[in-house]
Amino acid sequence: MTSLSILLDAGMAQAGAVIGAGLAAVGAGIGIGNIGGSALESMARQPEMKGDLVSNMFVAAALVEGVALAAVALAFIVGLA
Amino acid sequence: MKLISSNKQAVSRQKTVNKRFIVRLFLIFALLLNGKFSFANEEVIVTDSAKINTESAVSHAESTGEHGGEKEKFNAGKLIMSHIGDSHDWHIYGSEEHPVSIPLPIIIYHPEKGISVFSSSRFEHGHVSYEGYSLVEGKIKSADGVDIYDFSITKNVLAIFIAAALLLLIFIGVAKTYARNPDKAPSGFQNAIEPMIIFVRDDIAKAAIGEKNYAKFMPYLLTIFFFIWVSNLLGLVPVFPGGANVTGNIAVPMVLAVCTLLITLRYGNKHYWQHILAMPGVPKFVLVILTPLEILGIFLKPFVLMVRLFANIMAGHIVVLVFFCLIFVAGAASTGAGFGAAIPAVAFTIFINALELLVGFLQAFVFTFLSAIYFGMATAEPEHH
Repeated sequence: MTSLSILLDAGMAQAGAVIGAGLAAVGAGIGIGNIGGSALESMARQPEMKGDLVSNMFVAAALVEGVALAAVALAFIVGLA
Repeated sequence: MKLISSNKQAVSRQKTVNKRFIVRLFLIFALLLNGKFSFANEEVIVTDSAKINTESAVSHAESTGEHGGEKEKFNAGKLIMSHIGDSHDWHIYGSEEHPVSIPLPIIIYHPEKGISVFSSSRFEHGHVSYEGYSLVEGKIKSADGVDIYDFSITKNVLAIFIAAALLLLIFIGVAKTYARNPDKAPSGFQNAIEPMIIFVRDDIAKAAIGEKNYAKFMPYLLTIFFFIWVSNLLGLVPVFPGGANVTGNIAVPMVLAVCTLLITLRYGNKHYWQHILAMPGVPKFVLVILTPLEILGIFLKPFVLMVRLFANIMAGHIVVLVFFCLIFVAGAASTGAGFGAAIPAVAFTIFINALELLVGFLQAFVFTFLSAIYFGMATAEPEHH
């Protein structure tokens, strides 16, 4: 059983940071995948609305990505310090 | 610029417009390129955040330790942080031993000695002290240990000036053309600018704020939209005057978000404040929880705005730099591997840069659109039930 002092190692902080960034990528993937999926479904149902749907899809994707990239930025700050 | 007609008056007017444009362009760039080039020794890596100081201290010690010996190992993290961070000179090209860079003015206020203004070339990239000040890992420290106030024109400040100069050049020209001939159909460069302004007016301001109040917010919305977009685009250009990471430096989105916050608070009407401080139709015991959350929300919304813009642009720059660093990291193993890695790395970098063009526009649009939504919420009239 290794002692808990392993948590004081700087490498552990960087490992934690990178794992956190990976989880944020999972969240972004799920979110934007959902947005893209429903946008495609709506375009299939009503092709004449395509332009509107694409613009709104991008806006929603930017908002979701904002949150995920906030986690990535935090991971950078922790990982490089 | 092509000639617009064979009419002699129109031709001479077009020529005057050409000459004026070129003269303005020349004046603005002559103003900005006043610094002289300098040759010196090792360049100091500069970063903004104090948290990164330990890492750069270690790499600084590493590099000075290997000064006498063979070339130091390629440090990707150091290269990336030096491209993303701020610095007191604008590095154009050249290795660490012989950099070619534009030295920028340093303006320091010392509580006892007063204001000092000098060129950053005096520091010779961090090797020499000047007037009791020295450049330590990008931060200027005073020899007597007193905290000084650094108002220098750094690379990001100069990049903001360049973006502002570009915006003024474009829009004052376009506005003058409109003022001179208000009823004429748009021609030339106006054709490019007018749809964008109409887009901000119709799809952002009118959609979010409504017909009645949108006009007074238009100057601010237009300014932040075009400033963020132009800064993002200039950040993608690798050579001077582009290439500075303006919106990816957390200070710039912070200022923009604070401006949005101040305007929202200034123009909030009674209806808006009532909904925040004492939401009608809610029992008192829920209000005890709801009101602090709403007040937190006032500050949280611009904060998320800031983080979204900062993280998107910084992450984009880091991804591009990482793809390029892959070439050098592979090259450290063997030269052949370096050349081999160059082909997919360049392909990925082209793709990511194209994506960054889209992201630059999208982030400018989202920032402006959300600011407009906050203004719309602040000035919303109560619906009559």
